[in-house]
Amino acid sequence: MRHIISILLENEPGALSRVVGLFSQRNFNIETLNVAPTEDPSLSRLTVTTEGDDRVIEQITKHLNKLIDVVKLVDLTEGHHIERELMLVKVKALGASRDEVKRTVDIFRAQIVDVTPSVYTVQITGDAGKLDAFVQAMAPIGILEVGRTGVSGISRGDKILSL
Amino acid sequence: MELLSGADMIARFLQDEGVERIYGYPGGAALHIYDALFRQDKVKHILVRHEQAATHAADGYARASGKPGTVLVTSGPGATNAVTGIATAYMDSIPMVVLCGQVASHLIGEDAFQETDIVGVTRPIVKHSFAIKHPSEIPEVLKKAYYLAATGRPGPVVVDIPKDMTAPTERYEYVYPKKVKIRSYNPVTRGHSGQIKKAVDMMLKARRPVFYTGGGIVTSGASENLTALVKRLGFPITTTLMGIGSYPQTDAQSLGWLGMHGSYESNMAMHHADLIIAIGARFDDRVTNNTSKFCPTAKIVHVDIDPSSISKTVRADVPIVGPADSVINEMISLLQGREMANAEALPEWWTTIDGWRAEREGKLYEPSQPGERLKPQEVIEAVYHITRGEAFVTTDVGQHQMFAAQYYKFDKPNRWITSGGLGTMGFGFPAAMGIKQNFPDDTVVCFTGEGSFQMMMQELSTCKQFGTGVKIINLNNGTLGMVRQWQDLNYKSRHAHSYVESLPDFQKLIEAYGFTALKVEHHDELDAALERTFADNDELVFLDIDVDPREHVYPMQVPLGAMRDMLLSKTERT
Repeated sequence: MRHIISILLENEPGALSRVVGLFSQRNFNIETLNVAPTEDPSLSRLTVTTEGDDRVIEQITKHLNKLIDVVKLVDLTEGHHIERELMLVKVKALGASRDEVKRTVDIFRAQIVDVTPSVYTVQITGDAGKLDAFVQAMAPIGILEVGRTGVSGISRGDKILSL
Repeated sequence: MELLSGADMIARFLQDEGVERIYGYPGGAALHIYDALFRQDKVKHILVRHEQAATHAADGYARASGKPGTVLVTSGPGATNAVTGIATAYMDSIPMVVLCGQVASHLIGEDAFQETDIVGVTRPIVKHSFAIKHPSEIPEVLKKAYYLAATGRPGPVVVDIPKDMTAPTERYEYVYPKKVKIRSYNPVTRGHSGQIKKAVDMMLKARRPVFYTGGGIVTSGASENLTALVKRLGFPITTTLMGIGSYPQTDAQSLGWLGMHGSYESNMAMHHADLIIAIGARFDDRVTNNTSKFCPTAKIVHVDIDPSSISKTVRADVPIVGPADSVINEMISLLQGREMANAEALPEWWTTIDGWRAEREGKLYEPSQPGERLKPQEVIEAVYHITRGEAFVTTDVGQHQMFAAQYYKFDKPNRWITSGGLGTMGFGFPAAMGIKQNFPDDTVVCFTGEGSFQMMMQELSTCKQFGTGVKIINLNNGTLGMVRQWQDLNYKSRHAHSYVESLPDFQKLIEAYGFTALKVEHHDELDAALERTFADNDELVFLDIDVDPREHVYPMQVPLGAMRDMLLSKTERT
């Protein structure tokens, strides 16, 4: 099963490499990885999506917790949560397909953020499934380049991941 | 207010931390630190002949004393040479602080002379590592390093120190930090009471219980409490290789150690148990054999300080995260005034176990006859007798290690010093050296083989410099015995590169360093040679003993089998 693990990490040099290294060292899988500073400059928030059965996920969270640079973590998929990813896509926009791209962008509630005579650059946010669907819809028209941020997430309601 | 350079802070911190001896080797990036050490005399520096030996010596000291060992090396090759020793300590959860010189900050990343990203290289084999960014943070970082190394589940900590951080011209305020706090690091101090209660209830209801205890008992100093608990319940106990000595092996309730080459009765008792009480052990593959066939009828209580050790390979029914000592203590108090629910079951269980013991009694190996080559097993037994079982015993890795574990009986913890997790050949001699230098009044024996010894024999020079009187017992069978055993069993005796051709004349080699070496070729010479070897406790003696190269280590678990599936000799199996 797919899990989204969010981690508050010491904003120290080398901290990220310890997390990433742990995954390769223990033969765990990283599907997406997203990391940025938080409102507290001493902390980064890192969100990783990974696949594994309960036993594997238990080991992943235990080993992550063992890292001295990991301050706190939560497996968002254990409860209700919001999951978002941002994607920038360059698609061919020539002739008849130019309108087709625009229509599909509207259907997905995406935005065209850059235009040339032959290319549209589209920005879209949503969960990973929505982004996958957009990529699929655009594929026949011609995708030139894709940049995805990886999943970021937060739990619903009053539950808070903080110190 | 006291102003000190980074280098002087390091020397001063080591004094204030109570570090008596450090093991190291100088080099460009560490020279400021070496100069600071030269200008003081409280902390003794032992100059090794290879940085790997520095880590093993510090590791040996740590295992024998329970305190963190300290290593100082220079950047680049100095640091990379230390890597095997760091990994050895990591695998066995040994507290150690490794101070590494590094090229000056402005050169980092430029492939400077003797530059290695040692924090990167060691990342998967340390508990944590630090890189010093400013001289003023040295005292606090070092305190954190010692604190992390020694608490919770101990392990090695690397501190990378760029040369400019120790420059004599830059001085900053020094205060010894008595305490440090790390917000993300709060090792548990006691187990969950509800879980402990549940575990005790299961113990009282058990019909075929067995204790299975590991290095965690030794590390947390829980031997005394463990012994009290096991005595109170009257259960059998087996330990891991790392846990040897955590319960007196000569006691009737001890089944010896378990696993790959563990005792027949240990592995049989585990397989047939209905309750396994695992404390400070981690169910590793050399213990469990095939986990899908592991102990089919047993419920498992697992006590460990490290939550990631619990249910890693074998699922625990009652997991308890906590330090062994305090959990055992709580178990003892919960047992007060309570009785076993099935009083008749335990004696029956012991009858079964005694039956297993009797099956193998006197069949473990065939002793040599007068005039014949010695068997390695009987050499270990003879050393056990002459040292009255009281020596610190270190080993290298291979057949001699297993024989030493099987035939030297330990009644105290911290005396059996072996590289269990990583299985590092070359560990034994420098570890023995580290122990002897810190425990000069004790007898320190290193069992080794001609293969392992040659990996770290340069330390003879260190022993000469510091007058270190270890006893080296070389079980010389002229082959890499354990490799050969596997080749005999799995490769139709095709001995690919397990034969050590062109062995040196060990006697001449040892004598070149000014030490005594004795050669034993057959059975009749052993007793006199041992008398001579142990005559003077302060003298390094190398005893080179020809032993039978055909000997295999048994019992040996059958690959992919259950705990009970064992080869018992070249012709018998369960």
